[in-house]
Amino acid sequence: MTFSPHHLREQFPILQTQVYGKPLVYLDNAATSQKPRCVLSAMNTFYENQNANVHRGVHWLSQVASEAYESTRAQVAKYLGTPKTQEVIFTRGTTDAINLVASSWGLANLTQGDTVAVTRMDHHSNFVPWQQLCAKTGATFRIIELNEDFQLDEASLEAALALRPKLLALPWASNTLGTINPVLAIAKRAKAQGAFVLVDAAQALPHLFEAKDLLDTIDFLAFSSHKLFGPTGLGVLWGREALLNRMPPIQFGGDMVLRVEDHHTQWNELPWKFEAGTPAIAEVIGLGAALKFLESLDAHRIREYEENLTQRILQRFLQEPGVQLIGPGKHSVQGAARLGVFSFLVDGVHTHDISQFLDQQGIAVRAGHHCTQPLMSKLGIAGTTRASFAFYNTFEEAEVLFQSIQAARRYFQ
Amino acid sequence: MNETASNLPLDSLYQEVILDHHRDPRNRGELPDATIQKEGFNPLCGDRVQLALKLSADAQTIEQVRYQGEGCSICMASASMMAESIEGISTQEALSQIQNFRNFLQGDEAAAKPEGDLESLAGVRKFPVRIKCAILPWTTLKQAIEEGASS
Repeated sequence: MTFSPHHLREQFPILQTQVYGKPLVYLDNAATSQKPRCVLSAMNTFYENQNANVHRGVHWLSQVASEAYESTRAQVAKYLGTPKTQEVIFTRGTTDAINLVASSWGLANLTQGDTVAVTRMDHHSNFVPWQQLCAKTGATFRIIELNEDFQLDEASLEAALALRPKLLALPWASNTLGTINPVLAIAKRAKAQGAFVLVDAAQALPHLFEAKDLLDTIDFLAFSSHKLFGPTGLGVLWGREALLNRMPPIQFGGDMVLRVEDHHTQWNELPWKFEAGTPAIAEVIGLGAALKFLESLDAHRIREYEENLTQRILQRFLQEPGVQLIGPGKHSVQGAARLGVFSFLVDGVHTHDISQFLDQQGIAVRAGHHCTQPLMSKLGIAGTTRASFAFYNTFEEAEVLFQSIQAARRYFQ
Repeated sequence: MNETASNLPLDSLYQEVILDHHRDPRNRGELPDATIQKEGFNPLCGDRVQLALKLSADAQTIEQVRYQGEGCSICMASASMMAESIEGISTQEALSQIQNFRNFLQGDEAAAKPEGDLESLAGVRKFPVRIKCAILPWTTLKQAIEEGASS
């Protein structure tokens, strides 16, 4: 039996919303995903029955809260495919996780003469921290370019790796183009050149990609809870234990210390060394519920459904009059490794006008540069309109999108 | 069923006058003998307005205005209407128009309703994220006049 998202949709209360009297068509999943009811109720239950600070009190509530918090860490480790819970650090998000690596590992390890390689399709959060770190340390900042089908250009990649970069930072999947990068193969090549590898998994994990094999090869992986059907304000940095142990903490305060003397402080062990202050406890528990929800799904069937949905929508985009797709599939439809993240331009209609028009039809899409300004500049465009799909979206919703794009063309021309 | 968002008819934003200026821009083009050139850019949405003014010899009057650029229909229509409304007026008058227009769009009750075609931009007030689109040509004009006065 093929997967149908209709039953799943019922578990996401917001998907029942009406906007301007029309059913919400939520196609902004690359910005943030919606939350299933179990996530909302887990957070509510925590505040109603378990709320206390963690790792502090001997009182019963604090123990309950601490156990719930730490058991989620174990759940994240299991979800990623590592037995080591100490390798899972809770952060404020992907941005915070990458900044942690840049400020801690980066400042301690990079010097003049080193190279950091990123890609043209990296989100600002995996671009600016490295750009700034290079400016600070005198290291060389190298951008791997894309080919005409919006994939990493092999020659540019090869040239960057030949520089034996100290670090390669790349996205598993592009939030703007939808491109899926063959990160495992690239990471193996980079490791062979002696590079450390950081993978931004923010866009990939919501499509039920499995990280396990990757963790055997790479050094750091970052993702956000809120794109993975969990709450906002929370992310995860996974790092190799030996590396994390050698990295200095970058935030100081409560919980990250073992012993504080007048003029000296001894750090706590992993992972708490990097978790200064009271963490986002309720959000962590919400993420735990989101992971439990994802584990209850038939991942194989959902991936199959999403791939099928993506290919059908891709075909429509390629045939749609007056619409230009900015992403893989344009030149090599067969086997285009892509997510259901579609950036596009509409002839004669500005992206903001398109998005405003679509909004009035109840369709939520994103307009602009999608936090990838260096990519936009290279493509010579100010921005795109982006429709990004999740497993709870349907082809009927895509039809509403295409009908509305054509209505917008008639309206503005 | 969840709450319904309040209905904001699209036509209150995209009034016919705005779409008319968008499709048939006025005063758009180059001004070879411009005395001041100024570019306004909003990196967040990519709207770009290049403004060229020809001031009188005493720099008190805007004799000619031309603009070029790319942006959404609101930004481009606003530039077109602005270029039409400020040609031939004094820089002082233009500065007070700019201030009033900004105040009006930002919801200041005391601001006078803009006259002529500009009145059609009143609908933008209900779409907060689009206010900056309408204002960009005007802030660019303000910078141009201020630069003209100081040079």
